[in-house]
Amino acid sequence: MAGYVIQRCLQAVVVMFVMSVIVFVGVYAIGNPMEVLIPLDAPQDVRELIIARFGLDRPLWEQYLVFIGNVAQGDFGRSFVYATPVLDLILSRLPATLELTLAAVFGATFIGVPLGIWAGYRPDAVSSKTIMGLSILGFSVPTFWVGLILILTFAVSLGWLPAGGRGPTVTVFGIEWSFLTPEGLSHLLLPAVNLSLFKLAMMIRLARAGTREVLLTDTIKFARAAGLSEGTIVMRHVLKLIAVPIVTVFGLELGSTLAFAVVTETIFSWPGLGKLIIDSITSLDRPVMVAYLILVALLFVTINLVIDLTYAALDPRISRGAAS
Amino acid sequence: MNAPLLEVEGLRTHFFTRAGVVKAVDGVSFALAPGEILGLVGESGSGKSVTGFSLLGLIDPPGRIVDGSVRLEGEELVGMPTRALRRLRGRRIAMVFQDPMMTLNPVLSIGTQMSLAIRAHDAVSDKAARERSAAVLARVGIPDARARLDAFPHEFSGGMRQRVAIAIAMAHSPAVIVADEPTTALDVSIQAQILFEMRELARESGTALVWISHDLATVSSLAERILVMYAGRIVEEGATATVLRDPRHPYTRGLLDSLPATAEPGRPLNQIPGTTPSLLALPPGCPFAPRCAHASGSCREDPPRRAAAGRAYRCHHPLERVA
Amino acid sequence: MIDTSTPLGRFWAGFRENPVAVAALTMVAAIVLVAVAAPLIAPQDPYDLGGLSLLDARRPPGHVGSGGYVHLLGTDAQGRDLLSAILYGLRISVQIGLLAGGVALAIGASLGVTAAYAGGIVETLVMRIVDLQLSFPAILLALVLVALLGQGKAQLVTALVAAQYAYFARTAYGAATAERRKDYIEAATATPLSRARVVFRHLLPNCMPPLIVVATVQIANSIALEATLSFLGLGLPVTEPSLGMLISNGFVYMMSGRYWISVYPGVALIVLIVAINLVGDQVRDQLNPRLHR
Repeated sequence: MAGYVIQRCLQAVVVMFVMSVIVFVGVYAIGNPMEVLIPLDAPQDVRELIIARFGLDRPLWEQYLVFIGNVAQGDFGRSFVYATPVLDLILSRLPATLELTLAAVFGATFIGVPLGIWAGYRPDAVSSKTIMGLSILGFSVPTFWVGLILILTFAVSLGWLPAGGRGPTVTVFGIEWSFLTPEGLSHLLLPAVNLSLFKLAMMIRLARAGTREVLLTDTIKFARAAGLSEGTIVMRHVLKLIAVPIVTVFGLELGSTLAFAVVTETIFSWPGLGKLIIDSITSLDRPVMVAYLILVALLFVTINLVIDLTYAALDPRISRGAAS
Repeated sequence: MNAPLLEVEGLRTHFFTRAGVVKAVDGVSFALAPGEILGLVGESGSGKSVTGFSLLGLIDPPGRIVDGSVRLEGEELVGMPTRALRRLRGRRIAMVFQDPMMTLNPVLSIGTQMSLAIRAHDAVSDKAARERSAAVLARVGIPDARARLDAFPHEFSGGMRQRVAIAIAMAHSPAVIVADEPTTALDVSIQAQILFEMRELARESGTALVWISHDLATVSSLAERILVMYAGRIVEEGATATVLRDPRHPYTRGLLDSLPATAEPGRPLNQIPGTTPSLLALPPGCPFAPRCAHASGSCREDPPRRAAAGRAYRCHHPLERVA
Repeated sequence: MIDTSTPLGRFWAGFRENPVAVAALTMVAAIVLVAVAAPLIAPQDPYDLGGLSLLDARRPPGHVGSGGYVHLLGTDAQGRDLLSAILYGLRISVQIGLLAGGVALAIGASLGVTAAYAGGIVETLVMRIVDLQLSFPAILLALVLVALLGQGKAQLVTALVAAQYAYFARTAYGAATAERRKDYIEAATATPLSRARVVFRHLLPNCMPPLIVVATVQIANSIALEATLSFLGLGLPVTEPSLGMLISNGFVYMMSGRYWISVYPGVALIVLIVAINLVGDQVRDQLNPRLHR
């Protein structure tokens, strides 16, 4: 197991290095930041001063080395637009996105997996077919459209819930949370539902497909032959057997949502990372883009690592097989 | 003969597939006495495994028991509510499957799987279930059983895994164990060992065995009585020694002749010509007729079951006793 | 009567058993037809800004416009006939979906099959990159690329292809590694055929079934992705409104009860995507051998 962990960690470091090069070159090689940074009527000496200050006159590889050196000290540079340290900017937006993401992904998993198991357990029941029909809908309908309909129905027509914003927050452990007050919870509800529908559909389909295949195996038949109740078979055998793909998707979804709730955040004016990246893209705010992308890459590499290690813990064949 | 423990009468299990109705089991009847070891022999596709699953009511759609009766200790199992049937499975009638790689759950520890089986019928504490698991595992010959409760199936050899499966089947000392080719997937050296151990276990606990196999040699070393199955029907039955020494049905003769032990060294094995018929569209009459050297016009009609002196067969042209 | 002796005939016979899938396929065919014929059947040319009148802006369905004809689905903020705008929008969606899906299929499948056949360093390198990219959300990549490349149809398709080829590469690689071990590829390799010929004439065609399934899903995804990017204002130029942009433009008016500007384009978009996904679902179920007993 130890060898396996070390091997996977080394891989992760290599991947991070490659990603940082790709992101840096990709963002800096395209477009000209001068247009954003320097007023068109600025005199030549001011131009050169600004260029030198941002290190833009040096070759790209040198810029990269400086950048990596700074990153190693936790310095991602300053935003061209906000003129504040990029890392602070990103960290200030993180809690809002984190809260939204956790609500959406946990909700989708805890509702979607039981529904999916049911649909896989009774594939011909009307209830199962209804669940699957709805899941195709949840899979197909673009998030932004669902968001619009949610706002139109619950905020505009019925007036039950607010149409946007985060509402009041309560600070716990230095992080602001919405869900601790009824008012904040009402702000969280619509965006969380919006964000979770796609994941809900995915969890349903994943759990259903897994359940259908598992139910055909001799393992389940043998458990039935031993007289286990159907409840025990589903809760102990099926759930454990379909857990691996579900944990994978759970992790990946947690990551992708954390990195990218942009559509939902835009529609519901949720002050998170998604809105920040959209703004930085439209204003070509390179330091923010680079820092954001590298942090996202770091997030994904970490998640993949955690998933692989969780696999090893969930499926004893992987780790012990690798160790022997 | 004791009162029968298990009585099967006119059992029919059909599969309703897109291509048509597959009559996998088509009118099977037999009885099993307490503690008896009964061999059920046939080629693959003869319906022997489906018969085994039908006894426990473990037929998945599109299959269904369409007719007949299975009585265990006087209780009718066919048409019994699922709940009641579940209480019998594993407690009074258990089953061991062919491939131990596929039957044990790879992601649950041996101890957990044993405990689940024990607690399916007895409301005991987790600790007590583990104690019992260790005791049963020790009985089936797993060394250091208590320490191995936390091991996972992949850490066991094939033979050891099958022992665990047997332990799960034996956990409640059932009256009947249906063993569906439990040694086929194992190494030859392990096969004999498991075979011997299972016979001993059955003898000790008074459990009756229905031993399903395609291998006449294995069954003959174990079973007191054998049933020969072909195309969903029993074509010959009787005491093992009698059937082997003096088969009446040409199919049984064919099976015997194809055994390597009966062949002359250096000569090719005697094979039965042709292949097992498709059960989708079986013509009326004796299903073996197309492969039979003795077939005649009368074989187009169903041969009646002829019983005498503790044996029975279904053939229009039974073989005469070889002198 | 359907000829069930060919694989296609058998496939179609199975497909016909699901009425929902047949209805969905009919719907997809109808939308594609309407999209192709949009310039012929649309009452108005929505790209002709000179033909628009602000007097006709934001009128409800059924309004008789200054052009003299009835706006069946109302008009948008610029006074465009919504029905015409939707027909042209569908045209763009179908175009982008097929183009991006097709190019991604070609590139991804070639990469995947080549990696599987070549093995060694090529295999490791290609599949590492593909796996890495797969762990990234496709929309993030598409968004960054669109931002860097600028607006326009070609740029948009490039971004979509870059975001989606990896799915095809993964699928083709998986199918090809399984296929490669079979005897007929060994046999083909032993003949004096070029390696490229073995890969593209023998290996690739046998990897098609899973690729077709992925292609259906990815065409629907391209369409949804394009709509999302346009909704965020990063898709096509404003002069050629796609469905996503029509919805985005109508968002503001939705709050004040002028629902039709957003709702009708949205309905059109969803019907298209759901229909494609329903067809894809049936194709997947039929091509998945593990569900056939």
